[in-house]
Amino acid sequence: MLSHIVKRILLSLPLLIGITFVSFLVIRLAPGEPVSLQTDLNPRVSAASKAQLRHLYGLDEPLPVQYAKWAWRSFRLDFGRSFSPDGRKVTEKIAERIPITIFLSLLEMLVIVLIAIPIGILSATRQYSLFDKSTTIFVFLGFAMPTFWLALLCMNLFGVHLGWLPISGLQSMNYAQLSMGGKILDRAQHLIMPVLVGAFGGLAGFSRYMRSNMLEVIRQDYIRTARAKGLSERTVIYKHALRNALLPVVTILGLSVPGLIGGGVIFETIFAIPGMGQLFYGSVMSRDYPVIMGILVIGAALTLFGNLLADISYALVDPRIRVAKER
Amino acid sequence: MIPNITGDSASHEIGGLLYNGLVKYDKDYNIVGDLAKSWEISPDELSITFHLRKDVRWHDGKEFTAHDVLFTYRFMIDPKTPTPYAGDFLLVKKAEVLNRYAFKVSYEKPFAPALISWGMWILPQHLLEGKDVRKSPLNRNPVGTGPYLFRQWKTGEKIELEANPNYFEGRPYVQKVLYRIIPDSATLFLELKAGGVDWSGLSPMQYQRQTDTGEFRRKFRKYKYLASGYTYLGFNLKDPRFQDKRVRQALAYAVDKEEIIKVVLLGLGVEATGPYKPDTWVYNPHVKRYPYDPERARELLAEAGWKDGDGDGIVEKDGQPFRFAILTNQGNEERKMTAEIIQKRLERIGVKVEIRIAEWASFINFFIKNRRFETVLLGWSTGQDPDLYEIWHSSKTLPDEFNFISYQDPRVDGLIEEGRHTFDRKRRKACYDRIQQILAEDVPYLFLYTPFSLPVIHARFKGVEPAPAGISYNFIKWYVPQDQQRYKE
Repeated sequence: MLSHIVKRILLSLPLLIGITFVSFLVIRLAPGEPVSLQTDLNPRVSAASKAQLRHLYGLDEPLPVQYAKWAWRSFRLDFGRSFSPDGRKVTEKIAERIPITIFLSLLEMLVIVLIAIPIGILSATRQYSLFDKSTTIFVFLGFAMPTFWLALLCMNLFGVHLGWLPISGLQSMNYAQLSMGGKILDRAQHLIMPVLVGAFGGLAGFSRYMRSNMLEVIRQDYIRTARAKGLSERTVIYKHALRNALLPVVTILGLSVPGLIGGGVIFETIFAIPGMGQLFYGSVMSRDYPVIMGILVIGAALTLFGNLLADISYALVDPRIRVAKER
Repeated sequence: MIPNITGDSASHEIGGLLYNGLVKYDKDYNIVGDLAKSWEISPDELSITFHLRKDVRWHDGKEFTAHDVLFTYRFMIDPKTPTPYAGDFLLVKKAEVLNRYAFKVSYEKPFAPALISWGMWILPQHLLEGKDVRKSPLNRNPVGTGPYLFRQWKTGEKIELEANPNYFEGRPYVQKVLYRIIPDSATLFLELKAGGVDWSGLSPMQYQRQTDTGEFRRKFRKYKYLASGYTYLGFNLKDPRFQDKRVRQALAYAVDKEEIIKVVLLGLGVEATGPYKPDTWVYNPHVKRYPYDPERARELLAEAGWKDGDGDGIVEKDGQPFRFAILTNQGNEERKMTAEIIQKRLERIGVKVEIRIAEWASFINFFIKNRRFETVLLGWSTGQDPDLYEIWHSSKTLPDEFNFISYQDPRVDGLIEEGRHTFDRKRRKACYDRIQQILAEDVPYLFLYTPFSLPVIHARFKGVEPAPAGISYNFIKWYVPQDQQRYKE
């Protein structure tokens, strides 16, 4: 077992290097450079200044040399400094934004699970009922509706006309002057709209998945047995069927973990939330190579780590896999 | 937030409240003293001596002196400084501190844009000397001499400034300024309506159609002033078809600028007739104009040999139909609409136009640098000094340079050189007046329009007075009457 784990870890190392190399190449193949985007078509910037900037950023060296330098620094966990005007450390920039994005994604996930699972169960047990049909319409409406549009409508209604909720950002202008309780309330008010609007779009996937799992499970023999035993419908559904129907859902939840740090570009832009999505989008648009690479490496490492974990836990849980692999 | 090394407009705007230069523009674009009380230009026009104010302190309390100016100059020309703006300072032959409050710079040749180049923000020597600027804490916590102190920066959320009680022109009335970072323009507009933002810019559509309610008019004041810039259609003069002046003039007659302004800007712009905006001293209104006249356009094309011989609606010469593409960049709706209107108008005189839209980076690297375009629809922000060297001088046609339409006219070259090497405003005006006439006659660019800037500010702010230079020049004198103040300590 131990050797299996070690082997897996060793195998993911070249994978990680491969991922960074390909990402590095792809970004560099895109036209434009950080320097040129800052200075193109600005008559106050002379060609000599431009060349000097390129030199300062190390962009005048051959690509393989740049990659090697980058890789060596990253190996020592130094991801360099952003090319953007603030020139801050990449790790600092990411560390500042990751908590916001993770917190929001977790909240959103929680809301999705809390709403989608009951919807899934109820629509399965009442298949083709009015409830089933209307929730189907509801969740697909959420799936089909563009987030930015729904967000703008909600902002206009709740923010401008009714004045119940703040429109964007994470805190009010007078945040610093608020009491502790006021601060918490202020934060919560700012979160309501982004979380609910974000969750609405995710309901469809989960609830439909839950529904079909449930439908499959309640046709199984052991459910018929349970019913035949004379157990109440409640016990049958929530005690026997639900557990088995939930298992695949948990797998899906696990798989969406790397997505937690991604954040949504459009979503964060609309709500002016300074999260990872905005950072990544902004860096790509301004060709801020060190930041782009930093985010990609973290994403790749997390994904590989997730896969590794899944692999290991499968092996632990399911003897068949372990045996097959050892053979 | 050391704006001398950054290129974005946001950090320049905030920088203006934190730092000062030696000189600045007043509301009518006259150069006036800022950190410099006065200055003298030597009789041979080769050197400028600045006499500095003696009552200026850095935000941290240290006194401002001529050594800070010398330091800033050295900083700007240091090859290790990542600044795009070294150009003007590299022309300095000698810079010296005469005494604590006098600073002298000398040039090889008289150089007119030199004076305003000292409007560059002066940086504190005692905090930056000998340090790597990219790692300096000043990037996140700038220290200047300006009317506002830097308080807080929450990345991606907001930047907070507070009035500098010791500012040498007097404490600003508005105590706190908060910049909120709201990337989406629709969200920004909703925030404005809900009261989360007091000052923002409007699009022509918002200005004309979406803010015309009684409530909005009660709560806000809309302002407009001419933006510093113009939109143009540039002809690639390496293309033999566009080398004929009659063809360029014909196209100018065929395009209805008023229609473009009416449709694209909803009337919120003025016709451009040359590289300067109409409310500046250098603008020359007496140039050749091209009122919409398709008849005249057809005649000129015919004179140049372009006629519709086969009756397919497209003019041709030597069997070649007149087709070309307008190239513009992606993400600018105004330019796209302008291109479409031009396309429609030119079709009426038998010229077939295609529109090609390219993403910014490939637009520059693939099309502009390699001169792979026939015509290009683009805009310039006009600098503050009228110097035209970088864009119109015939020596500026290398791939990375800005005369990418390859305009070459020895008369214009001479006038540009004369204009930039004298400080005499009358002589300069004469040069630029003549250049404007030549450009209008020659039509290397089809100058289209200058848009209005459309700021909107909450009605409780008083003292806002639009001028050619915009509205922010007297920001420190804006105030809110006590009974209308919304945020209190």
